[in-house]
This record gives sequence, structure tokens and C-alpha cells, in this order.
Amino acid sequence: MSDITSLTLTDLVKSIKDKKISSEETTRAFIDRGEKSRDLNAYITEDFSNALDKAIAFDQKPNFDLKLPGIPMAVKDLFCTNGVKTTAGSKILNNFIPPYESTVTQNIWNEGAILLGKLNCDEFAMGSSNETSFFGSVQSPIDKDLVPGGSSGGSASALAANLTPITIGTDTGGSIRQPASFTGTVGLKPTYGSCSRYGIVAFASSLDQAGPMSKNVKDCALLQEIISTYDEKDSTSIDFKRNAYSKELTNNIKGKKIGIPKEYTVDGMPKEIEDLWAKGIEYAKDCGAEIVEISLPHTNYALPAYYIVAPAEASSNLARYDGVKYGFRSKGENLIDMYEKTRSEGFGEEVQRRIMIGTYVLSSGYYDAYYIKAQKVRKLIKNDFDEAYKKVDAILTPSTPSAAFKIGEKTNDPVSMYLNDIFTVPVNLAGLPAISIPAGVDAKGYPLGLQIIGKAFDEQNILNIAYAMEEKIEFKNKITDWWIK
Amino acid sequence: MTIDLKTIKHISKLSRISVDDEKAKKLAGDMNSIFNFIEKLKELDTNNVEPLTSVAETTLKLRIDEVKSDNIKEQVLKNSPDENEDFFVVPRVVE
Repeated sequence: MSDITSLTLTDLVKSIKDKKISSEETTRAFIDRGEKSRDLNAYITEDFSNALDKAIAFDQKPNFDLKLPGIPMAVKDLFCTNGVKTTAGSKILNNFIPPYESTVTQNIWNEGAILLGKLNCDEFAMGSSNETSFFGSVQSPIDKDLVPGGSSGGSASALAANLTPITIGTDTGGSIRQPASFTGTVGLKPTYGSCSRYGIVAFASSLDQAGPMSKNVKDCALLQEIISTYDEKDSTSIDFKRNAYSKELTNNIKGKKIGIPKEYTVDGMPKEIEDLWAKGIEYAKDCGAEIVEISLPHTNYALPAYYIVAPAEASSNLARYDGVKYGFRSKGENLIDMYEKTRSEGFGEEVQRRIMIGTYVLSSGYYDAYYIKAQKVRKLIKNDFDEAYKKVDAILTPSTPSAAFKIGEKTNDPVSMYLNDIFTVPVNLAGLPAISIPAGVDAKGYPLGLQIIGKAFDEQNILNIAYAMEEKIEFKNKITDWWIK
Repeated sequence: MTIDLKTIKHISKLSRISVDDEKAKKLAGDMNSIFNFIEKLKELDTNNVEPLTSVAETTLKLRIDEVKSDNIKEQVLKNSPDENEDFFVVPRVVE
């Protein structure tokens, strides 16, 4: 086989199970491509030589009953990996070697997968373009100097560029779905409580969820089936009946009611996004779904509420980085001075900004006006969805208000960067599952995604809708390997 | 509402992030534009709305309180910027 790296996960698993290719051949192919693709800056840490050893060991004693037999894959550098450096894209963790493994990655290794390395991301997952990483910005394989989106930008870039057959990201306000949309890939943010947060570097604990990023919906369902487990190490992990998502996947969505929320539009939204959405509605109808107009009246308040809730939780979560127990430390004249210099030099600009916002909205005198207010608005947003789901089974929207932009284009204006997440953030505030699938391209040929939002714990349903629509859309990513010399 | 430099210095103290005058000016500008955007929430009457603290509508599970992790003292200490035998070391705090 000449082109192992362009196979879908499902095909790769089949080829290995059928003994057409070995884990070693597969792993070598991805390592080789990874080495030729360093200009993308998708990796923070390559773990290639260990990966090869593990692949050889797998081939010597293969277990083909596993779901990911000898499959190499790279993961976002926000997941703690036992013995392998985990940085969260930050200087403050640039030498941190976790003595334990995140539950989500452990679930993946338990099924036979092999770690290729750790992928670049925005610092502490705070960003929408992967430009806040201490390890530099990531290029999208779609075009030179184009952002892959963020915060799971390294994951999206590596996946679209065929450096990994599948990957995982985390999504606090859109960090899986927006980069998936920008790179023509599939990304699922599961229901809050579906995937364990144990061992994931925390950003905003009431919003963070890990999820799969893949080349197609079937692969996505397979990985979700593996990573979604109840975990007593995460007190917010929920013990519900999980489907065998890939086995139960069906393109029969006849009679499903899909809601179209009229509020999902912004001033100056390019017409191509409107057109994409209209096309998406037609695809859904072609699949036999019934389209229902709905209203989510508080949509426009989601982003402002998010920029209170998320920084507030972040300021609390990031208090632990004090230069004492792990990570970077700066010299100080005394203990307080050491803390202040460590955090000033160790955190990047965006992270400091968000810690300061969070500290401010939680500070005495402002707590009620901002933090409690935002939590009340969060309730209203959740109520909107609850009301809508009395009438529909799922909701269809664009994933983002625009296609990908160039590196440096939005870095000077935080608010314009935040607007990237306007269609993804409400989902996190309400704790719902949502999937982004590639559905078209803009005038420049840059991918655009559609988002399908589900009821809580109804991942199977949105995967099915995505699967059915994917068949109609027939999206093909055009990637020219321009970065390979 | 405007966030002035004095407020920025106050928040920087609370956040334990040192901020010089130049950085404070930049932060004040950014934070004012962000809070301008956040002020939109004031349009909403939320007097009779309960704040949502968690979307996971479950009660916490109880479990037996027992030690399950291995003794990984060495690995934990290895990540410390400065250690001495079994301790984390910090700048002197008592005279």
C-alpha cells in the first residue's frame, strides 16, 4: 500500500486486522510524514522512537480483538501522558512530566493505540487560532500562513495533513469544532460528563470536554465509543448508558426533526455561510429529516456570559501554577515576588488577560454584578435549548461565522478573535453534545463546517444525522502537500 | 464603566501576576474593550432567574476513602524546580 497515511481510521484498522499492513509499517509511515511536515509546527513533542518500539512490540504479539490494534496516533498536549512531557502550550509547564495518565488517553492505549506525540494548542486551550501557544503558531495544511483554528489547532492541522489517522482535542467554547470546521475535518464535543476530565489540564471545569477529531463520521463514532467512559476519578463524570456508537451508527434519519434557530447569524456574516447553511438544510431534507423553525432567543448573550464564566474558572484553576511544585520558576526576592514573577514570565499575554478578567469578576464588589449575572444568563441559555428540544431532535447551524483567516490577522483585537466562537459557545454553556462536519468551501477554497447540536447524552443521534448528511455532502479536502519540500 | 490603571494594579496583586506600567496600560485597553462587550448582559432582566452552577444534574457519588495511588513521590518531586530531600523548596519565608 502506497498511501497508508491517507486512510481513514476505519480502513486502517481493517488493513491491520486483515494483516495487509503491520503496525510497524503504519507507524513508520506516519513518522516519516511527521518528519517531513515540521514546517506546520503541529507537534510540540514527538515521541517517534518510543512509538516505533511499541509498534514492533505489537507486531510481535498482536491482539486483533482490540478496537485500535497497533494504531499510532498523536494527541493534544493538554492530556497528561505518563512519562511524556505535557505542556498545555505554555512556558509555565514546558518541562512538566506527568507521573500519571489521563483517563481518556488511557482508554485509547487500552484499545491498542500507540502515542506518536503531543500536538500543539493554544496556551491552556485559550485561543481560537493556535497563535497563543508558547511553542509558536501552527499552519493549516489548507494554505500557507492560514490558521488551523484553535485551541486544538495542532490536532486539526496534524489530522488534515495526514500526520495522524485520528486525534483528540478538548472543547471549552468551540476548541474542537472550530478547528475541525477550519480544516475540513470532523470534530465532536460530547455531552458534559461523557468523557472524563481526569488528567486533562484544566481550563474552565464546568465547560471543558474532551472529544474526537477525525476524517469522517464513522471514525469519530468509533473513537467516541472508546473515550467515553464513566470515571470515578472525575466527580462530574456521569454514569449513563453509553451506546456502541460505531456499531449503532445508521444513515436512516427519516422523520427526525431538525431545528433551525433563526438567531444564529451575525452582522457582516459572509453570504457564503448563509448559503452553506441553506444547503445544509436541503441535505437534511434529502435525508428524510423534517425541518422546523425554532428560536433560541438568548443566543447573543452566550458569548458575553462565556467571557465571564470561563475566565472566572480559569483564574481559579490556574492559581496552582506558582513555581513551587512543578513547571517554570522565576527568581524572586521573596516568596510573593517569586510567585508574581513566575506567573508574569510563565504565562503568555492571552492567559494573563483571562486570569485578570476572571480575578476581577470574582473580586469583592463585582461578584454579583458579573459572575452571578453570567450564571443566570447561562440558565436562560440552557432553558432556550430545553424549550427547543420539546419540538425537535437536533439543531443545525453553521459551525463558525467565517472560514479560516491568516496568521496575525486577528491577534491585536481580542474581541474579534472571541467572535469566532459565537456559534459554538452556547453548546458548552448548556453542556450539550455537538458535532462539526465539513460541508463546503468559501470563495478561496477554505473549508466551512456545519454544526449539529443534540440533546444531552444523545451523541448517537447527532452522529447518525452527521453520517447521513456526510453521504450527501461528499466533501473532499483538497490538500496539496505544499509544505513538503 | 472603565477599568483604570489603579484597578489593573489591584487585580494584578490579587492574581499574583506582576505588571509594569506599560503592560498595565495595554491590559487596561484590552479589558475595557472586553468589558464593553460583556456589558451587553445588562440588557437582560434576570431578577427571577436561578443561577446555573452546573449542567451535570447529578449528586456526587460516595466512595470508600482509601489510598489507591502508588507511591510516586520521586516522580512528583522530580517536576519541582527546586527540591531538597522530601521537600519542595521556596524562597525563605521566616527571618
